[in-house]
Amino acid sequence: MTSQLWVLIGNGVLETLQMTVSATILAYLIGLPIGIALVVTAKEHILQNRIVNLVLGVLMNIFRSIPFLILLVVLIPFTRFVTGSSIGTTATIVPLTVGAIPIVARMVESSLKEVPSGIVEAAQSMGASPISIIFRFIIPEAMPSLLLGATINLATVLGYSAMAGCIGGGGLGAIALNYGYYRYQQDILFITVAILIIIVQVFQESGTLLANKKRHS
Amino acid sequence: MSEQTAIFRLNHVTKLFQTKNSTVRAVDDVSFDIRQGEIFGIIGMSGAGKSTLVRMLNRLEEATDGEVIFDGKNLGNLSNKQLRTIRMSMAMIFQSFNLLMQKTVLANVMLPMKIAHVPHKEQKERALQMLKVVGLEDKASAWPAQLSGGQRQRVAIARALAMNPKVLLCDEATSSLDPKITEEILALLKDINQKLNLTIVIITHEMSVVEKICDRVAIISDGKLAEIGEVKEVFTSPKTEAARHLILPVEKELNLFDTTDRRCIRIVFDGRAASDPLIANLVADTGVKVNILCADTKTVGGVGFGQMIVELPKDEDAANLVINYIKEKGVNFHEIERKGDKI
Ligand SMILES: Nc1ncnc2c1ncn2[C@@H]1O[C@H](COP(=O)(O)OP(=O)(O)OP(=O)(O)O)[C@@H](O)[C@H]1O
Ligand SMILES: [Mg+2]
Repeated sequence: MTSQLWVLIGNGVLETLQMTVSATILAYLIGLPIGIALVVTAKEHILQNRIVNLVLGVLMNIFRSIPFLILLVVLIPFTRFVTGSSIGTTATIVPLTVGAIPIVARMVESSLKEVPSGIVEAAQSMGASPISIIFRFIIPEAMPSLLLGATINLATVLGYSAMAGCIGGGGLGAIALNYGYYRYQQDILFITVAILIIIVQVFQESGTLLANKKRHS
Repeated sequence: MSEQTAIFRLNHVTKLFQTKNSTVRAVDDVSFDIRQGEIFGIIGMSGAGKSTLVRMLNRLEEATDGEVIFDGKNLGNLSNKQLRTIRMSMAMIFQSFNLLMQKTVLANVMLPMKIAHVPHKEQKERALQMLKVVGLEDKASAWPAQLSGGQRQRVAIARALAMNPKVLLCDEATSSLDPKITEEILALLKDINQKLNLTIVIITHEMSVVEKICDRVAIISDGKLAEIGEVKEVFTSPKTEAARHLILPVEKELNLFDTTDRRCIRIVFDGRAASDPLIANLVADTGVKVNILCADTKTVGGVGFGQMIVELPKDEDAANLVINYIKEKGVNFHEIERKGDKI
């Protein structure tokens, strides 16, 4: 293989990481508040609100049930509106984010729900406001679980980003498709897949390590 | 400060829970006072409504009816913000401790002060001071997971004391601890009560807890207040079945004897009468033999008191002789209702 190809792959790795990390961060910016809202508006919780809970829940379910490949296509006009283009690395971040939001929200919801109700009760008995209860009690207690969830989300978004490569996204997915599939360059296909596996491994291991380091029970 | 000042006043407090196909009367028209500086016990069988009642004291549970007055303020009239402020002066500890497992002991104790926006330096100083009070100053940087149950409850107590509250509410705070550790925690609570003149409300289903540290006790049965009074008073002469059931569990053991078609009485001795050899004298003076089915002694409020269940002779006249003899001696007793009757 030529050094040119290595540069190509190197760029692919960078693009993939860029897409994955930015989309995951963006998805958390929106999905984390939604996940929190899903928990605290639930029945018997600190900000119980049936309507908000129902609307958010249904919305998340709808978005989650659309296959990602279809979401990619459906979102093309929206992506073009936001980024001015529908192909390339930056453009791909949009559908990745949209696709990841419901997954993040549900993952956050399930992590926060693991916190025993006694903690919330103790917080209330201390005179904590809902905001304090969320940020000083529930989230710190759920942190190890939230970190593990984030790791899984990162790996999921990484997989999606490779898929996005098929319809004009950049990154390793596009390389694998263009070189490995259309031009029958098996070695490139192999290398890109291997790199994807390594990246997922690194994400997963460091996430687990971090979560365990944070966990004290 | 007068001992008689009421810090809590409950006026006809009722709590209904609506479930799918029924309404549960968890607390039913309960009225009583809790006095400033006392250790007040609330005891009842499982499901009697104790937890619901104590949770109404800091409005974790809204009263369906009636009012809870704390320190002169009707809790039901407070805005959320006022309620949060007032909760800072009424701390609570729980059966399951409810410590944050992902925070150190010190951070746990600092938490109530953090919420109240106490300056950080002061938070830390006060937290360390409170850990000292509960005897855990060396565990400040430990994680709750590294502590035993008794130690965790001590941390919870330190956390509860952090904001210098007026009352400490304890919902089954010792129920998951073994007897020895329970003793230690109760001794600590008593100590805090005396040193800080802190009013303590203790919810329990264990009579021994009330015996050991409470000044007064309320007995809750089926959501209703069955009896209330000085612990010694309620102990030596329980007036309701609910109270007897909780206080004198020997009655339950009576079933084990499965003796008896004979009449039985329970004799309750206070400190004075206990030193008198009543039964020996009875037999000597009347010549009637009685059978002691079981006996039990305990110390309540520093006074030893005992109780004894005595089977009367089959012969009616002899039985009445015994009863009259005991009556004459001025000893507290009452006849036990027959099996099949509700004991
Ligand atoms: N949130 C709720 N919804 C419906 N019913 C409830 C609720 N909380 C309590 N109850 C009912 O109210 C009654 C009193 O419950 P509570 O927890 O106060 O009893 P308790 O005396 O504390 O019992 P235990 O000793 O078992 O803790 C019970 O019948 C219980 O089933
Ligand atoms: Mg209870």
